[in-house]
Amino acid sequence: MYFLIVDSLRKTDVFSTETPGYVGFANLPNQVHRKSVKKGFEFTLMVVGESGLGKSTLINSLFLTDLYPERIIPGAAEKIERTVQIEASTVEIEERGVKLRLTVVDTPGYGDAINSQDCFSTIISYIDDQFERYLHDESGLNRRHIVDNRVHCCFYFISPLGHGLKPLDVQFMKAIHNKVNVVPVIAKADTLTLRERERLKRRILDEIDEHGIKIYHLPDAESDEDEDFKEQTRILKASIPFAVVGSNQQIEAKGKKVRGRLYPWGVVEVENPEHNDFLKLRTMLITHMQDLQEVTQDLHYENFRSERLKRGGRLSSHGYVLPLSPAYVPLCLPAFLP
Amino acid sequence: DLGGTETRGPPPGGPQGGVLRGPDLLGYVGIEAVLDQMRRKTMKAGFEFNIMVVGQSGLGKSTLVNTLFKSKVSRKSCSPNYEEKISKTVQLQSVSHVIEEKGVRMKLTVIDTPGFGDQINNDRCWEPVLKHVNEQYEKYLKEELRVNRQRKIPDTRVHCCIYFLPASGHWLRPIDVEFMKRLGKIVSIVPVIAKADTLTLEERTEFKQRIRQDLVANGIQVYPQKENDEDAEERLLNNTIRESIPFAVVGTDREHQVNGHRVLGRKTKWGIVEVENVAHCEFANLRDLLIRSHLEDLKQVTHDVHYETYRVQRLTAGDGLKGPLVNTPFLSILYYESY
Repeated sequence: MYFLIVDSLRKTDVFSTETPGYVGFANLPNQVHRKSVKKGFEFTLMVVGESGLGKSTLINSLFLTDLYPERIIPGAAEKIERTVQIEASTVEIEERGVKLRLTVVDTPGYGDAINSQDCFSTIISYIDDQFERYLHDESGLNRRHIVDNRVHCCFYFISPLGHGLKPLDVQFMKAIHNKVNVVPVIAKADTLTLRERERLKRRILDEIDEHGIKIYHLPDAESDEDEDFKEQTRILKASIPFAVVGSNQQIEAKGKKVRGRLYPWGVVEVENPEHNDFLKLRTMLITHMQDLQEVTQDLHYENFRSERLKRGGRLSSHGYVLPLSPAYVPLCLPAFLP
Repeated sequence: DLGGTETRGPPPGGPQGGVLRGPDLLGYVGIEAVLDQMRRKTMKAGFEFNIMVVGQSGLGKSTLVNTLFKSKVSRKSCSPNYEEKISKTVQLQSVSHVIEEKGVRMKLTVIDTPGFGDQINNDRCWEPVLKHVNEQYEKYLKEELRVNRQRKIPDTRVHCCIYFLPASGHWLRPIDVEFMKRLGKIVSIVPVIAKADTLTLEERTEFKQRIRQDLVANGIQVYPQKENDEDAEERLLNNTIRESIPFAVVGTDREHQVNGHRVLGRKTKWGIVEVENVAHCEFANLRDLLIRSHLEDLKQVTHDVHYETYRVQRLTAGDGLKGPLVNTPFLSILYYESY
């Protein structure tokens, strides 16, 4: 019975030739693949931007779901006193056996108040809280089922009106660029002509440079990748910031049903790369999901962690971290335990 | 909660929105592209694998490792002026090589244990091995606890320990029991019957059965452990493996002509023992298990089970300063859970 199973493993082997000298560890990537598919992926995406920039519609379009089925849009009077809220929704998406647990963190109220001076402290606290929680879990005794709720990516929505970044945009991005991967997105891009769009993109990139804002950089394709992938990476890199249009409505255009926005002068197709960068944004997000997670883990989280450990103090509700004096960092202090 | 602000994280229980499967989605998103990225990254990073071989001298450990990886990776092949001498103490020696196959690169480290079981008095000959295994866990733990830690912590932990049993045909010897009992708790052990071409098929079946009984009777845990089976599919596969261990193996690096093919084998007057022929011996099964199907799992079990066990013990040890093994000052973080 055993031999039969092993034989069937051999048949499913991608390289199942029994060539002399063949060991079989070339099958390792398949083993890793199988385990990852079983395990599934977790991803947390935060969306920040003023009300009415189409954030919710865009998120729904990106993942072809309706994350906000019972949404009530508050009127202006209610918005005056509103502070920034954090609303997280989680959905599990499965496609061809691959499971993705996606959490979208929305930030209604951002930029709504007349005085938006303080609107980002709530958001920053949220990001830090997730790091703190992860640090606590990672340091605990039972690490079997740690849930990763850290924010892996933040889409920052820039208004297409105006001539570039607003002061609030600059301040916010500078406040979070060391804590999360920032991806700037030009919202409601159908209010711009192509030329206006290019100009706005260039302006935004210049201002980002000028203010020293660190946005997420797509990793370059390796020299040994295939040409298609290299070309795709080039195109994606050249299109940042992405100018997008979102829609959940199906419109009839040129004889087929497309997602789009119907105007008297034509139909803006969401998934048409000539109309807007929606598909590019989605491609970037999905193909680089792992990299976004890695940068969050290896850079942002590690920065948080080392600062936190140096500071010491109470760690969430259960633990206590001894502050490490600079002379000892990163050395050892004698341990003590009750 | 912290700060009393209006932060509400994602619900602690299950997902709020429920599960959306393929046909429910309003279209095709293309999530599986994530897997391509992952494959690219893992291929680029390469793999590491650390394998330890334990057994008396003359049981064919070095030859078996060379045969498994079809390269001269063992200690014997790598030391110049190698002399076959029994060493007076149990020394551990590591040899590393980077081997490549179809674009997949692997850094293979073979840890050999010359002197094990070779002395007149072999009392405690397992201690240097225990010490080595635990030292690697300690090294990893220390790095993991550093304030500024490396992106990819170098992994020298032993992922698999092949324990060589001489083909006596009888029972497990006391030294086998003592070693496997202790090491089975901290590392994945794969016992093999060495130089199995001295056993007929019936003798082999009976010997294996007795060994399995002995293992159960002595509470010895070998790989793959039942507790680590993740789902029914895995359990089924692992059950068949558990029913065939220990594998009866023969190793060689010589080739001979058999029926017009070149095969790895040992030539005798009464025939050629074909190493990769499953009718002759179980080398191919061992190789398939270790390399083709369970290599990643061996690494995962080492990380998720054995290392975590070590870590918990280390963090909850009564007197952190003088741990049971290495007397070095230990790093400071200490989280005590229910205080």
